[in-house]
Amino acid sequence: MSTDDSPPKLYAAREPIFPRRVQGKFRQLKWWLMALTLGVYYITPWIRWDRGPDMPDQAVLVDLANRRFFMFWIEIWPHEFYFVAGLLIMAGLGLFLFTSAAGRVWCGYACPQTVWTDLYILVERWIEGDRNARVRLYNAKWDARKWRLRLTKWFVWLMIGLATGGAWVFYFTDAPTLLQNLLTFTAHPVAYTTIAILTFTTFFFGGFAREQICIYACPWPRIQAAMMDEDTMTVAYREWRGEPRGKHRKAEGAEELGDCIDCNACVAVCPMGIDIRDGQQLECITCALCIDACDDVMTKIGKPRGLIDYITANDEPLERAGNPPRNMWKHLIRPRTILYFSLWSLVGVAMLVALFIRSDIGLNITPVRQPVFITQSDGTIRNAYDVRVLNKHGEERTFHITSISLNADSVIDLELQNSEGALITVPADSTESVRVYLDAAPDQPAASRNRTEVRLWIEDLTNGDRYSEDTVFNGKAP
Amino acid sequence: MARKPEKKETQVETTGHEWDGIEELNTPLPRWWLWTFYATIIWAIGYTIAYPAWPLISGATEGMLGYSSRADVAADIAAVDAENAPLNDTLNGLDLTEMVGHPEVGDYAFNGGKAVFQTFCIQCHGAGGQGNTGYPTLIDNDWLWGGDIENIYLTIAHGVRAEEDFDTRYSEMPAFGDILLDEEIAAAAQYVLSLSGKETDASLVADGQIVFMDNCAACHMDDGTGDQTLGAPNLTDAIWLYGDSLDAVTETIVNARFGVMPAWSAEGRLTEAQIRQVAVYVHQLGGGE
Repeated sequence: MSTDDSPPKLYAAREPIFPRRVQGKFRQLKWWLMALTLGVYYITPWIRWDRGPDMPDQAVLVDLANRRFFMFWIEIWPHEFYFVAGLLIMAGLGLFLFTSAAGRVWCGYACPQTVWTDLYILVERWIEGDRNARVRLYNAKWDARKWRLRLTKWFVWLMIGLATGGAWVFYFTDAPTLLQNLLTFTAHPVAYTTIAILTFTTFFFGGFAREQICIYACPWPRIQAAMMDEDTMTVAYREWRGEPRGKHRKAEGAEELGDCIDCNACVAVCPMGIDIRDGQQLECITCALCIDACDDVMTKIGKPRGLIDYITANDEPLERAGNPPRNMWKHLIRPRTILYFSLWSLVGVAMLVALFIRSDIGLNITPVRQPVFITQSDGTIRNAYDVRVLNKHGEERTFHITSISLNADSVIDLELQNSEGALITVPADSTESVRVYLDAAPDQPAASRNRTEVRLWIEDLTNGDRYSEDTVFNGKAP
Repeated sequence: MARKPEKKETQVETTGHEWDGIEELNTPLPRWWLWTFYATIIWAIGYTIAYPAWPLISGATEGMLGYSSRADVAADIAAVDAENAPLNDTLNGLDLTEMVGHPEVGDYAFNGGKAVFQTFCIQCHGAGGQGNTGYPTLIDNDWLWGGDIENIYLTIAHGVRAEEDFDTRYSEMPAFGDILLDEEIAAAAQYVLSLSGKETDASLVADGQIVFMDNCAACHMDDGTGDQTLGAPNLTDAIWLYGDSLDAVTETIVNARFGVMPAWSAEGRLTEAQIRQVAVYVHQLGGGE
């Protein structure tokens, strides 16, 4: 039996990657973005927002138990979930817009996988040293020092993971109360389970899986190519300037060499473990750290910066011919980005309008169909309706409920079950159900007609707001 | 283009079957699969010993653990009963008129009554209490035996013409077919219809009134408004239990009608608390007085 027959292995073992520390404007930008995104994530649940005595005072709260979603002054009820759908559509279109303009900027700067991995690598560097020290440690025997460094690193990673999972659960219930419960071990098991799962996934994804997630697990690298074209800015190597690469500047024939001195700085800093000089690759998340690394080297050897840079595909022929690249804005503003931006704005404006014209009160009418109508002893025809009144205010409100017939020929009276008058009191941020009777006296045409359109009005006695819904009154057809 | 696969030395044996040069490999099942399969067999044997499993002539093997889904349900029911006991005691201790809207047990009675109604009453009275021909509508404002909470309670507890209950509601309308002449019945029917303003044969109404006064007014009253203490329906309103056609009214006069309803307190059908609950529910259906 020969091994030549066996098919190639489908599993590729992971090549360990030891990204080197780098300084530069993109690294600086990434630090700021990391501080911003992590800050938003960790701090948001702790922002307080006064909504009145009976309401949660957490600014951002996904209250699953009561089916309410609070975001500062906005409150979403389950039937308004289209706002969340709209936000997701906007997020999708926004991603398209940014990808078509500047490639995988989401991947490189804002994706949680990137941000947390960046944070984990930072911790790794603090504890184990920079690239060379880490490579040495990786190859070293498992002695006391290696154990100490590894265990310290893993512990800090776990703590970050714990904080990540811990912050997540605070979005779903009152944060200070939950923290107190968590610390006294009286919180709900779901909270602990969620924290445990997120701690583990953060620990594993950020500490060990890293670029594997981007390369193998994430669908976005496969999809994003559809949004990119020749005008999309991507991180690329000016091969026409750098080649032929070579180290020996003083050797014979060095004047033939390009600007690339083959120092491998761009490879050493790459968190994905690729060589950007090989051209655009699926692995590249366009984090731009190689730009910083190369610019640093170019400055040192007195060459112009930008050997590796954000460039577009259709600038390449221009630059090869020795012409300057076109203006960046000409790349950015093109039909594709205009289309994505218009769609994004359209959804955004529609949602804003919907947000401002939606009512704080509401009414749902369910006609009772068993029976459709009954005859009272004096011949009055009575229909029953289960009416639910919605009060989104942070305080109890009383509503006056009235009915009008939309066919002018009939008068339809309204009565509430088990209640004198036509007032219904709805608790704060809640709904109240009441059975409403509509009566048509026997001499009214509605009493002897199959369908009569009816409108129910509620009026908020506090501020006079009105809201109506239409329904149908069924009479005793001859 | 078809290429003959190269024979490998490591190839597993064939089953010996061959069709047109195509051989069937005898590849063994994956080991993990096989062991999982054996494990399920062992599990199944253990399960049939531990739990009720094998069907017998009457019933099934009981199983070592003594588990029974019926016992589970019985335990659940007993637990709910135990939990409701204090509420039921409170409800049973109340005066009937205090039950509706009682701050402590009003909602409990209404919702419990709804469950009782949906189980025992809807077969005749309908899920919405809408009734049917011969089965009174419970959501209108007309009552044969009275629509206040006490009368509703009595009707439910003792039924209508329930032979098993001495206190049952009992109204006896004679079958006038054997007593009156056909013409008298026809006239009386016209008069009865005229009471609620229906179109009638005016020539018969005057005769009918005489027949009515002689034979019917004792229970239905002179003005036809009926008497709830006797279960005599109000004939002047728009509600007709058996229909408002001339045929239906004539039929009622000739043969009389004898609606029945079980006495729910008899023979342990419903508990006192359940009867009180359903009384509250029916009272709140819309027509309670």
